[in-house]
Amino acid sequence: MVVTKTIPDSGEQLNCTFASRYVRTSLPKFRMPEQPIPKDAAYQIIHDELMLDGNPRLNLASFVTTWMEPECDKLIMASINKNYVDMDEYPVTTELQNRCVNMIAHLFNAPIGETETAVGVGTVGSSEAIVLAGLAFKRKWQQKRKLEGKPYDKPNIVTGANVQVCWEKFARYFEVELKEVKLTEGYYVMDPVKAVEMVDENTICVAAILGSTLNGEFEDVKLLNELLTQKNKETGWNTPIHVDAASGGFIAPFLYPDLEWDFRLPLVKSINVSGHKYGLVYAGIGWVVWRSKEDLPDELIFHINYLGSDQPTFTLNFSKGSSQIIAQYYQLIRLGFEGYKNVMENCMENAKVLKEGIMKMGRFDIISKDIGVPLVAFLLKDSSKYTVFEISENLRRFGWIVPAYTMPPNAQHIAVLRVVIREDFSRSLAERLISDIQKVLEEMDTHLDRSSTRVAHVTATVDETHDGDGGKIAVKKSVRESHDEIIKHWRRLVDGLKTNGVC
Amino acid sequence: MVLSKTSSESDVSLHSTFASRYVRTSLPRFKMPENSIPKEAAYQIINDELMLDGNPRLNLASFVTTWMEPECDKLVMAAINKNYVDMDEYPVTTELQNRCVNMIAHLFNAPLGESETAVGVGTVGSSEAIMLAGLAFKRKWQNKRKAEGKPCDNPNIVTGANVQVCWEKFARYFEVELKEVKLRDGYYVMDPVKAVEMVDENTICVAAILGSTLNGEFEDVKLLNDLLVQKNEETGWDTPIHVDAASGGFIAPFLYPELEWDFRLPLVKSINVSGHKYGLVYAGIGWVIWRSKQDLPEELIFHINYLGADQPTFTLNFSKGSSQIIAQYYQLIRLGYEGYKNIMENCQENAMVLKEGLLKTGRFNIVSKDNGVPLVAFSLKDNSRHNEFAVSDMLRRFGWIVPAYTMPPDAQHVTVLRVVIREDFSRTLAERLVVDIEKVLHELDTLPAKIDAMMSVSAGEDKGPNGGVVKKTALETQREITTVWRKFVMERKKTNGVC
Repeated sequence: MVVTKTIPDSGEQLNCTFASRYVRTSLPKFRMPEQPIPKDAAYQIIHDELMLDGNPRLNLASFVTTWMEPECDKLIMASINKNYVDMDEYPVTTELQNRCVNMIAHLFNAPIGETETAVGVGTVGSSEAIVLAGLAFKRKWQQKRKLEGKPYDKPNIVTGANVQVCWEKFARYFEVELKEVKLTEGYYVMDPVKAVEMVDENTICVAAILGSTLNGEFEDVKLLNELLTQKNKETGWNTPIHVDAASGGFIAPFLYPDLEWDFRLPLVKSINVSGHKYGLVYAGIGWVVWRSKEDLPDELIFHINYLGSDQPTFTLNFSKGSSQIIAQYYQLIRLGFEGYKNVMENCMENAKVLKEGIMKMGRFDIISKDIGVPLVAFLLKDSSKYTVFEISENLRRFGWIVPAYTMPPNAQHIAVLRVVIREDFSRSLAERLISDIQKVLEEMDTHLDRSSTRVAHVTATVDETHDGDGGKIAVKKSVRESHDEIIKHWRRLVDGLKTNGVC
Repeated sequence: MVLSKTSSESDVSLHSTFASRYVRTSLPRFKMPENSIPKEAAYQIINDELMLDGNPRLNLASFVTTWMEPECDKLVMAAINKNYVDMDEYPVTTELQNRCVNMIAHLFNAPLGESETAVGVGTVGSSEAIMLAGLAFKRKWQNKRKAEGKPCDNPNIVTGANVQVCWEKFARYFEVELKEVKLRDGYYVMDPVKAVEMVDENTICVAAILGSTLNGEFEDVKLLNDLLVQKNEETGWDTPIHVDAASGGFIAPFLYPELEWDFRLPLVKSINVSGHKYGLVYAGIGWVIWRSKQDLPEELIFHINYLGADQPTFTLNFSKGSSQIIAQYYQLIRLGYEGYKNIMENCQENAMVLKEGLLKTGRFNIVSKDNGVPLVAFSLKDNSRHNEFAVSDMLRRFGWIVPAYTMPPDAQHVTVLRVVIREDFSRTLAERLVVDIEKVLHELDTLPAKIDAMMSVSAGEDKGPNGGVVKKTALETQREITTVWRKFVMERKKTNGVC
């Protein structure tokens, strides 16, 4: 343990933290301080600054779990000092991971025998999972092309323009071209027909999303599978499918068990899901499962032998905590199929409550579907007076974090607000949100009547194409109003530039 | 919250956990169970199984931190539900990361102005950090080659054969060739002279390790820099250096501040360090720092605008917890330069205590150096009767996890045991370990030599022939088989399997 020197002012420890000298001097930002400080002071200082972060549970932008049962918190804290990668030292933890992989593989109807072990791995999130799946496809395709004596230096992936940013990362870092199927107004997911058209001999896979980030919609994987099977017959390219079920993987099996999207479709070779979204675990856990051993080239796998058996590992990260894996296992056995089903049904119920409340205001159109991830995405019927970005800002004052963003090409003129319904977003919170949105609308309506904000509106051209009423009237504004305007304008500009930065 | 159905036997939750039906049925392994179980039962079942994991604090194989102050545990738990990547929603947490990057960059003498912000990022560990650094080198090299109109399809990295497995991963996944400088008996790190010889026009960088996994030694980065500067002058290839300071990055600045290994050397363009090793944080945090903006190709960076400021991000992982970043910041301001120095000095002290205790037994050679990561790597002077793997196995019975492994080529005939001294390995524990090792040696001395003969014949590497046939009891045969298999397995085990 640390052998701390005594601090020159010997009475230092007796002062209460808030009166101590450490709180009077400002915190170092660029360099490590020379001297240590008492641990209570360190704790208090950091804790106090962090109060200014948003409240995770009111963060309606995120799919990622923000609440777990206290029993699980206990397990998490107990394993916080376990380095997962020490498989030899922590065999039980390693086995828990293997059990989770098997359970999830079975959930996705992987074609494995009763006691056959599934092929899959726990990752830090869907980003790592997608990189691993993509690597497997890339390597398989390269091997195939080498055998055929054809060039293999231009691999590409076909996806929709609604992909989450981790696909773009994969493409950029692993030198694979991303061929995106553009969206159209009213159709915010990948069109299977267009996708299959874009497939060529360099396509390593087609990636479908089960639970689009933008509006929660499930892409039609079955149709994609059929069309691609046909094309494969004609071309002989054998292009496979990957399903990015980051959100949907823990929803569809419970709410829509008859929806065929997983390994029941023969061309689906790998699936990723985020344990930390509807897997109901805190941030830091994802899963990728392959259909069978053949779909994961052996040369990518590093073999570690422990306790006499082979533990194959295929991950990007090495050392990492064990807590989330244990928490995932806790959820799987604690809730079981029935428990997850109940949670998802509750979420859908609350989403409906929210949707109906929003529709009743008569000012919004709902663009999220009823079938899909439990979220409500909505846009203003009339954004001439104020935009969804302003609603989003104003809701922050009440404590809610509700993101507003524009759609990707070719629907960039559409701006939506999106509320994600997680397990801990109860019905009473939904009702409260509705009444707060109502308040915000009323406030902005009255504010408008008093002074013209149309000048600010004209300057932000990012998200509206129709702006016909040319509000260029110059009105005397107070200093405060000018301030507000500038901030709003800047905020909107900044938000408009923001990419799909949320999972 | 979950609306659990009442279970069919209505008073199940009244039974004590251990008498409940859930503990009598066996746990599902391959499929999710159909029904829910009470949370207390779920907790108890998992907690009980986990008792059979090793004790993290007695895991002397690992460099990764296993103890933090309770105040920090509080902060860790409070931030467990914060998704780090939501920078917009958690601006303070994001700023804490930025402060850590700056502090660490200054610790490594990055050539920054007073209020210039450093270029770096927090990662999940050194693996991710190394991949990001490697990607930056690869892309820079490709851009350079394209500008010169030369082929850019065969990049390679020059390192020592003592590299940790994450370099091999990087090489395999990012399609870069790994050119390894072989080790030799008595010289277990990368030889700068040989390394520079291996550099060619396709080399994207030379990677030096500050704190080799095998014996804790610091590679001579200064010499590497000097030789490479010379070669660069002759060839004009401009080959840069990356320093993998996963362990050493939080040791050298405090114990050996005069040692020039970091950005003070002009060819060093990026450095990675594990926050979860001697950064004194739990598993799950690493850092990579670049010398300057020029060393990180802009095309690799994704720009997220928040609060009107540009937040460039360059990571492989997206969603992840915030706890370790906050914990790293806690440590940096809680301990300060002086606190870290004290801890590293303590670790060195305890390493000396252990080393001297081992030397006093007269049975061991010390393979680790005094300067370097505080660890003690040692091998048996005489391993003809029993070898290091047997010692390692026996120590497990006392609760200690002390790994044994063979060196990489060309020193595979050397086997070592390695004890890593972390902050929470106190002097009393060191003394106790010495006592227990002595006990193990005594026990092994009394074991019949034949068992070891069996082991030595099948292993084939390190002992002479000894094929005497002796009648064995069933138990001895069993023990033999287990020991042989264990040894076989351990030898096949990926040597650099621990960070």
